[in-house]
Amino acid sequence: MTMTAPKPTKSNKSGKNGNGAKSTRATSRADRTYDAIVVGGGHNGLVNGAYLAKAGLKVLVLERRHLVGGAAITEELRPGFWFTTFSYALSLLRPEIIHDLELTKHGFMPLLMSTTFAPGLDGDYLLFTQDHGQNQQEIARHSKHDADAYDQYSHDMEMVCQAIKPLLDMVPPDIFSDDPEEMIALANVGSRFKKMDKRVLHNAVRLLTGSAADFLDDYFDSELLKGYLSSSSIIGTKVGPRSQGSGLVLLYHSIGEHDGEFGAWAFHKKGNGGFTQVLARAAESFGAEIRLESPVDSVITKDGQATGVALQDGTEFYAPVVVSALDPRRTFLELVNPRELPDDLVENIERFRFQGTSSKVNFALDALPIYRDLDGSQFRGFTNIGPSMDYLERAFDDAKYGWYSQNPYIDCAIQSTIDADMAPPGKHVLSCFIQYTPYKLRESDWDSEKENLGDTVQRTLERFFPGFGDLVLQREVRTPLDIERTVGLSEGNIFAGEFFAPQMFFFRPAPGWSQYRTPIDGYYQCGSGTHPGGCVMGAPGRLAAGQILKDRAKVGAPSSKTRVAARV
Amino acid sequence: MIRTTPFHERTSALNETQLWSHWSGHLAADRYQMSDKFEYFAVRNAAGIFDTSPLFKYRITGKDAEAFLSGVLARDIRACQPGNAQYTCWLDDRGFVIEDGVILRPGKDEFLLTSAEPNYAYFADRIGRFDVKIEDVSHELGTLAFQGPRSRSLLKQLVPQMEHIPYFGVAKGEIGGAGVTVSRTGYSGDLGYEIWIDTPDALHVWDTLWDSIEGQGVLPFGLAALYMLRIEAGLLLLEADFDSSRYAWNDAHRSTPLELGWAWMFRDLKTDDRAFIGRKALEKEIADKTSRWAMRGLVVDWRDYDRVYNDAGLIPPKDHAPVVEDWMLYDDDYERVGYATSFMYSPMLQRHIAIARVRPDFAKFGTKVNLEFTVDHHYEQVAAHVARLPLYSPERKTA
Repeated sequence: MTMTAPKPTKSNKSGKNGNGAKSTRATSRADRTYDAIVVGGGHNGLVNGAYLAKAGLKVLVLERRHLVGGAAITEELRPGFWFTTFSYALSLLRPEIIHDLELTKHGFMPLLMSTTFAPGLDGDYLLFTQDHGQNQQEIARHSKHDADAYDQYSHDMEMVCQAIKPLLDMVPPDIFSDDPEEMIALANVGSRFKKMDKRVLHNAVRLLTGSAADFLDDYFDSELLKGYLSSSSIIGTKVGPRSQGSGLVLLYHSIGEHDGEFGAWAFHKKGNGGFTQVLARAAESFGAEIRLESPVDSVITKDGQATGVALQDGTEFYAPVVVSALDPRRTFLELVNPRELPDDLVENIERFRFQGTSSKVNFALDALPIYRDLDGSQFRGFTNIGPSMDYLERAFDDAKYGWYSQNPYIDCAIQSTIDADMAPPGKHVLSCFIQYTPYKLRESDWDSEKENLGDTVQRTLERFFPGFGDLVLQREVRTPLDIERTVGLSEGNIFAGEFFAPQMFFFRPAPGWSQYRTPIDGYYQCGSGTHPGGCVMGAPGRLAAGQILKDRAKVGAPSSKTRVAARV
Repeated sequence: MIRTTPFHERTSALNETQLWSHWSGHLAADRYQMSDKFEYFAVRNAAGIFDTSPLFKYRITGKDAEAFLSGVLARDIRACQPGNAQYTCWLDDRGFVIEDGVILRPGKDEFLLTSAEPNYAYFADRIGRFDVKIEDVSHELGTLAFQGPRSRSLLKQLVPQMEHIPYFGVAKGEIGGAGVTVSRTGYSGDLGYEIWIDTPDALHVWDTLWDSIEGQGVLPFGLAALYMLRIEAGLLLLEADFDSSRYAWNDAHRSTPLELGWAWMFRDLKTDDRAFIGRKALEKEIADKTSRWAMRGLVVDWRDYDRVYNDAGLIPPKDHAPVVEDWMLYDDDYERVGYATSFMYSPMLQRHIAIARVRPDFAKFGTKVNLEFTVDHHYEQVAAHVARLPLYSPERKTA
């Protein structure tokens, strides 16, 4: 087994010098013909391409940018300082993918975050470590009631998660189909709920449909603790902790597994970009070809069948299977002509809610920020600037009326305390996830407000860490508009479509089209806009590959490659 | 009164948990921080420092030192030229392993042997007429293991002589003006070094080293992280994976070096003319193929493992903390075919792994066995396959 440091960009024969398209134009049609073409080299595109390649297909993954990863990239914005520009942590990545794609052979390295730090408004804080007893004592400092309430909450959440978790790894049954296979699948889902303990089922429904505030209020007294916990209920979504629907977001942020630890969130070596480089190496090891700087203009169709793609420069690649790893809007309204699609699907996609509401502000720091008398080891994990539910709800209030939060929620991670390769010795990189920053601003736009947002965030951090501003060597602001422009996610929604019940499971991205197929034969979808959704989960990529392979098996499509698929 | 190591003043200040084990009568940190896995990752991703001073250390000198050691150590010490180190073992005359250890050869007639248990009498009583002196220098030397991918680039700034030493090479140098010996050895299965320091210089060397690595992601690590590292690295632990034949009550608790996977130590036995303790028995074992076990790694089938827990409605536990006990291995007909001795969830492999011994007919890599453990207080078996040790071995370890 080898461990190579992830490279900042993916080099390959076509992408490296950026003129690959010109050279391929001269090649024959046969050279540009594949079994499957994946549009978009984000994590789901890479997962999908890797699974298809592993099954023996000749796969081409086309990436618009100079590096793979989509929103999961790590960039050196300042010499020696590596930033997780957008996506910055892992939890929901499906363990099957690690195993099936043999990611440990390609440098998969989950790095534990050993602390969670939540400063309050009154100068006090909550500091969680990996020591359970110490955490109980820490909570008891704030509320003796909450010390064991926290254990009860954790236990109840785990029971719900354990019961719900299998849904993440299955293709949603088609409830609109009369196919007996689909009806059996639906019955299986039903029987799963039927088998659940009453309390677990009720908790599950409360979380799937209700607000995080209602759920948390039942357990806890401490505002600081509730602020910390309810922070997970708003991530990436235009809801406040008191909005119905925030429970679902909370559930999603509790259901992952990192390095074998249920519900844990952590970091990958060299950030999430380090992780997508691992995925790219795995995909290539199975024979997938990755072409960088190859923006796809459209999917080529003939008689209702996808036959390939055309790049923006006119180059065409051909395959009987084309998979879009882009979000539903781009998949259905941009890559293909909506007129080829049923009206109801087009309508559903048009009203599919994106409304990105999150930004990133990343800092290069000269030293660790100081917090009272703490020694800095509290920064070996997330620092949660969400000191109460009121604070979060007020931050949401700003967004409701079309403006960004004047006292924003911030999820900070000083990733260089966890991975020394992220910054020069003694220096640090700070990743800040910001909410709320609605995509559409009232009577203004993000090009005008971008640096003002940066100032707001910096001012907020200054409030918790006096002297913070003096440590800043460089600041990078990435608004929803930047996310949309750079990554391609519509309206900058980090989940490729909001997490709310009418857009989940059977309905993601549209009723009747939740099984990764599209109305166009051979055209599939595998992005986070499909079930089970966003976060660096990889499940859409994996489940879509399963559907594609199943469909191919039905029609008995031969593989252009003869090699035997590698052992699982 | 429990002893402390020469670095204790520093290690105790760093030990936030105040968790200590007693190791050979010394306080040894279990973990410095609330998370042992965080320390583990420091070693795999940057570097870590471990105080390995409680090991027993014997200095063996004199013009017959090599000849003496050639007879008492099973691996040919003559192959270890001055400026090198060797992993070795010593056997009883029935060919069973007494112990293993690393031996350094800083000079032609100077050796430094480490062992987990006291072995002074064992060696001293076998000197006979050789011109050899053996001293117990356990307390005269402090030892620091400096392990991890950054260890070389950081240590060379203090001890330039060590930069190019090969795997199991030895160099001498100075840290902060104090003479030290550096060996490219360790118990982590990673790139790494051990630094041998005269006790009076220990704190000064620690401080110099500590200052030089600031901001580099280096952490002190304790026994908990060490035990994780060593299982991935396939490094055996006395009284966990094997027992000393000296104190075993019967042969079920004894192991031959071949049974422990050390056949590679005797690759050149045919051309090696030494008369060493246990040789005849070893030769007979090789000739008659009488080894009872083969030492192997075990990789648990993750789907099967998850299945037994999910079927019971439980979250499959994936605990990195090693469990040292007997885990039975069966074939599909429920016949016992071996046992695992050290078990953990490996962060680098994302699998449950174990160090195990299997019957020779199950030793082929990839052979399926069934590992038994309990779920909801009843026995379950899950599939695992037999694999080569070490299960994790990055190129940098020997590069």
